[in-house]
Amino acid sequence: MAFVSGLRCRECGREYPGEALNVCDFCFGPLEVVYDYATISEVVSHDRISAGPLSIWRYHDLLPASGDDPVDIMAGFTPLLKARNLGKRLGLNNLYIKNDSVNPSYSFKDRVVSVAATKSVEFGFETIACASTGNLACSVAAHAARAGMRSVVFIPSDLERGKVIGAAVYGPTMVAVDGTYDEVNRLCSEVGDNYPWAFVNINMRPYYAEGSKTLGYEVAEQLGWRIPDHVVIPSASGAMFTKIWKGFNELACLGLLDGVEAMTFGPDQNTVHHPAITTKMHMAQAEGCSPIVNAWAGGQSHVRPVRPDSIAKSLAIGNPADGIYALRVINESDGSAYAVPEPQVVEGIKLLAETEGIFTETAGGVTISALKHLAESGAIGRDELAVAYITGNGLKTQEAVEEVVNPLLVKPTMSSFEEALEGRAAVSQ
Amino acid sequence: MGRQRVKFTFEAELVKEPIIYMLGRDFHLVTNIRRADVGETLGWVVLELDGEKEEIERGLQWVSSTGVRVDPVSGDVLQG
Ligand SMILES: Cc1ncc(COP(=O)(O)O)c(C=O)c1O
Ligand SMILES: [Zn+2]
Repeated sequence: MAFVSGLRCRECGREYPGEALNVCDFCFGPLEVVYDYATISEVVSHDRISAGPLSIWRYHDLLPASGDDPVDIMAGFTPLLKARNLGKRLGLNNLYIKNDSVNPSYSFKDRVVSVAATKSVEFGFETIACASTGNLACSVAAHAARAGMRSVVFIPSDLERGKVIGAAVYGPTMVAVDGTYDEVNRLCSEVGDNYPWAFVNINMRPYYAEGSKTLGYEVAEQLGWRIPDHVVIPSASGAMFTKIWKGFNELACLGLLDGVEAMTFGPDQNTVHHPAITTKMHMAQAEGCSPIVNAWAGGQSHVRPVRPDSIAKSLAIGNPADGIYALRVINESDGSAYAVPEPQVVEGIKLLAETEGIFTETAGGVTISALKHLAESGAIGRDELAVAYITGNGLKTQEAVEEVVNPLLVKPTMSSFEEALEGRAAVSQ
Repeated sequence: MGRQRVKFTFEAELVKEPIIYMLGRDFHLVTNIRRADVGETLGWVVLELDGEKEEIERGLQWVSSTGVRVDPVSGDVLQG
């Protein structure tokens, strides 16, 4: 069972039952899940978590859906690697990569969608839907297939091929919208109002977003129930960023971190900050769509919407719904935000691939280039523990790095091969 | 009849314009403000519009044409 006591408006605090709702009727603020932490703290333990499945559902006590029979294609429990080579390049002795590009549908979205899909089944929906720039569509279609549900995915018509195919293969109804970004948005919110579908990021949003907390739990567990000194996270809506912070703070408040005293959650559970959580939260966006970074850099509490124009399409959200909450987390954690110049997105992809053997998509290129900036500027100290979150897979955005293909063209003879090899060696000397 | 929840974002030069007043006056729409925050250089208003579907459409088109940004109330619904 899930330990959910209801929903609560993030702006005015009004309470709602735990149903398929996402905005407050009164002030139209976003609703967030309220947990019965008193009961959770009685049952949850390290042993109980380690005895659970090797997926996000090992943390089911802290998720808003029941772990008894989840829609699970084994999202989560992805590798946390010590990045020695990349660390050496950047002058960091304690650098780790959370490689979330190896989820079942190849992005971290499987975490949020597994929770949303489980909740959709629980609420009795027959169709699950989303509006996506790619990764979410792949994940929704995959989880729908697993649950035996119908899926409808809305995508902009100019999406990367790897994402279109990576979603279409699971058999959704795919709607490619021919229009500006804002028009796609407006259409989808209207569709959401008019069809009795579980839109994972609209009417399922309060539950959906909670899935990202597991990115915080897992890193802490994999580090031996410790938290990092720094994390670097790519942001679009800013939701994942805020939820990783929430995940760390929940673990601390529940006494699940080594040497940390439990603490009670206040009435606004969603913004609780345990003093032992000293992780600095660093946000990465690409320059062509960096509304949250701009607001942080300008010292504003408002996020001014932008029209996205970036190679990092998965991060191209011009009016981030969680932007102001993410700003608060940056400030509260004494973190930072950095906009990566567009050409450095591809450089980041290559740097990670060449040093650690991990092929990430453009969002990961943004993360690695931001990490490089943080290391070079001294924001991350040489011996501090830093974790960079790699949230999507390079096979989905191959267009971005096509120029790496440059094979030796040879005839099937030894002499031809050796000649070509020498030629290449001469060039690279 | 239709009903739509929207967020308007105003740049500095439009903050002083009575856009919402004009929206109610020039279109057959009832406007109902739920939350707002107006700063020196940027303002936003979250509101509900009541009226015929076509009239809401026309009204929002006019608002966009003034340079005000119109978004669904929960922010961007397009996700990575
Ligand atoms: C690969 C990848 N990384 C990061 C993000 C950003 O997540 P959020 O919208 O929660 O900030 C997205 C999608 O939005 C994504 O597809
Ligand atoms: Zn409210």
